[in-house]
Amino acid sequence: MIPTLRRTLRTPQGIAVGIGLLVVALVAVFGELVFGDAATVRTIGERQAPASLAHPFGTDDLGRDLLARVLVATRLSVLLTLGATAMSVAGGVLLGVVAAVLPRTPRRLVAAFIDMLLSFPWLLLALFFSVIWGATATGAMLAVGFAGVPVFARLVNTLAASVASADYVHAARMVGSSPLRTAARHVLPNIVPPLVVNTATHASVTLLSFAALSFLGLGVQAPEYDWGRLLNEGSQRIYLAPMAAIGPGIAIVLTGVVFALLGELLSERRSGGRAGRAQRPAAAPPRQDPPSLDAVVDVAALRIAFRGPGGELVERVHGVDLHVGEGEVVGIVGESGSGKSVTAMAIAGLLGPDALVTSERVAFRGIDMTRAVGAADRRTLGLEQAMIFQDPQSSLNPALSVGLQLREVSETHARTPRRVAARRAVEMLRLVRIPEPERRLRGLPHELSGGMRQRVMIAMGLMGRPRLIVADEPTTALDVTVQRQVLRALRDAQRSTGAAILLISHDIALVSGFCDRVVVMRHGVVVEELDARRLHEARHPYTRGLIACVPDLTTDRSRPLPVLDTADEPALLEETRA
Amino acid sequence: MSALEFRGVRVTYGHGRSAQLAVDGVDLTVRSGTTHGLVGESGSGKSTLARVAVGLAAARSGTVTLDGADITGRSAAARAARRRVQMVFQDPLAALDPRMPVGLSVAEGLLATGQRLSRTDREARVHALLDRVHVDPRRAGELPATFSGGQRQRITIARALAADPAVLIADEITSALDVSVQGVVLNLLRELRQDLSLTMLFISHNLAVVRYVSDEVTVMRAGRVVEHGPTEDVLAAPDDDYTQELLRSVPIMGQPLDLEDA
Repeated sequence: MIPTLRRTLRTPQGIAVGIGLLVVALVAVFGELVFGDAATVRTIGERQAPASLAHPFGTDDLGRDLLARVLVATRLSVLLTLGATAMSVAGGVLLGVVAAVLPRTPRRLVAAFIDMLLSFPWLLLALFFSVIWGATATGAMLAVGFAGVPVFARLVNTLAASVASADYVHAARMVGSSPLRTAARHVLPNIVPPLVVNTATHASVTLLSFAALSFLGLGVQAPEYDWGRLLNEGSQRIYLAPMAAIGPGIAIVLTGVVFALLGELLSERRSGGRAGRAQRPAAAPPRQDPPSLDAVVDVAALRIAFRGPGGELVERVHGVDLHVGEGEVVGIVGESGSGKSVTAMAIAGLLGPDALVTSERVAFRGIDMTRAVGAADRRTLGLEQAMIFQDPQSSLNPALSVGLQLREVSETHARTPRRVAARRAVEMLRLVRIPEPERRLRGLPHELSGGMRQRVMIAMGLMGRPRLIVADEPTTALDVTVQRQVLRALRDAQRSTGAAILLISHDIALVSGFCDRVVVMRHGVVVEELDARRLHEARHPYTRGLIACVPDLTTDRSRPLPVLDTADEPALLEETRA
Repeated sequence: MSALEFRGVRVTYGHGRSAQLAVDGVDLTVRSGTTHGLVGESGSGKSTLARVAVGLAAARSGTVTLDGADITGRSAAARAARRRVQMVFQDPLAALDPRMPVGLSVAEGLLATGQRLSRTDREARVHALLDRVHVDPRRAGELPATFSGGQRQRITIARALAADPAVLIADEITSALDVSVQGVVLNLLRELRQDLSLTMLFISHNLAVVRYVSDEVTVMRAGRVVEHGPTEDVLAAPDDDYTQELLRSVPIMGQPLDLEDA
């Protein structure tokens, strides 16, 4: 936490916010001491003087220096802002948390009450409250403070509701933790970070609210003055002495910007800071030998690195060689963090700009994937590569019909007429055994089950003329019986097109049952390549451990499972962090 | 000796016409000192059943009893009895408060026992529990983020054990873990069963894993029990078509998958 803070403070924005806050604080504390005299001494001879060297913002109608008055007004303006913000936050947290821990019916009532308050414009609320408490500084503070309560109540309520549905809150309930204890121990600490961010941003809005109220004559009353009041007085002479109005305006804007920037800074820190953009390799490394043409995938010495949270490079794949022949079915097996998915993404050319890829060669049917791909090659890739991802919920666009998404492939890349594409879509859905394909094409993805969506993804790949289907954990989110249906569709697709398949999975039994060849990866390195029918000949201890540690339907129940001696593994930990 | 019994449990989600029947009249008995496997696919109602037992979901009708005492409903007696049933969740990262040191999370489990412990006693208990699940007790002050997936799951098991449960419900506790870590957690459960003669309801969609840990098994589909009996019998000679299909779907190491009738 502390090193992150220090790093955040060292960014240009961090430095700016730091200096800004320091200046505001210093002026607020010492402003009156230093400039108090200048702000109160009346020099009748210099009444309403325009801006000059002696009086950068000019003087008011009693001849008092306006710059000094703006500086002295800092304390009141900032204090009022902080006071009102504190009230909004305290009230909002109280109301929001209470609303979140109550039983269902009262909880809904409180939430509805908050929604009702929210629908009133804050200015209206503030005006209403200032009628009650009178047009004084304290009245304005109460008004603005209360007007902000619903905003925070709503925010806290939403945040608290999401925390309250977390499993750790369920676990606390199971052991009999009271709602109040749960709110204090679990809910509050977990909503503080977003709350702090919003508080800083809200402070900036509050500052403006005060300026507005005082400007309208509802806030601070003479002889006291804050920025809004100075702005009000100055605005009456704005054509004669513009600085009299612009001066306090500058103070309001600068302070507001400092608060807003602070909010942004805090929210960035929360999201782990700005990720440094990884650089592309400067020059393509020399190629050893031309890529073989009979290979669908030809990868040599592939290395992939990502920028870590601290900006340092973390290499996740350390020199992988991979070869997939025409029509071959190859499986990559590995645990989380083994680099199997990243490798597949590199082959499909789907890695984002934050990945740093170096290799001797990454080629798909002779197309060099390490450089920017030209338009013609991109079309080839679009037609000849298909990709199926793990999460069927997010792989189809929920807003577009299934048919449109299927046709898109051939319409975009092969310029197939729409009617031909539509006919082909029906055929392909039939091939992956989706019942009533015509009706399904008109429907939206949410009408399909997870297994059906994965089969639609396979059908989508078949709309081109696929030479390679990359399936990244395609059945992990699915039930075993559905898994069979998806694998069957994948096999049918492979048989009807002769495409090669690259199946990525953590399940070595599944991969060995489906593929011709198994590639075992670990910590970004290929540890062993095996014929899928000869798993028992595995030599590498990791492969053997991986095979042994999975219970199957013949495992001896009277004995403990063999354990990979690395189960408690610092490396795994490091990957979870990365 | 403690037995967890479900009798005619029905659970619905939603109201009126759109109400969905999640559990449709389930009878199930977890016998004292045994591990009962509960198998079924997503949507079969197996997790909902577990949530009813720990009070995270309400049954529309039917009863859940622990040693004959009703543990459903809002009465103080039911609540107290319910604390003797603890659940371990699927995703250990979601089940631990990211801002709470793991030692405190485990200590929270002690609340369920109703004992008022002094600080030193509490720390000693947490120490012993972490040790019990093979997590270094010196790391009790660290946050969940610094532990690996398998360690986190063992910490949530320690929290459940802290509540001194009569029955432990394990809801898909290895499905978010890597296979190498899964073995470690399964071995730990095995150890706990032997040492503490724990009664356990073990929920999973993975037949092989259920077979490895369970004495008895119940197969659920669409909210109903389709088959149940001693694990070896059910898996060796399943009566129900669905159980047979489940068994056929499990990939076997080194054997080509039979996809013909999928």
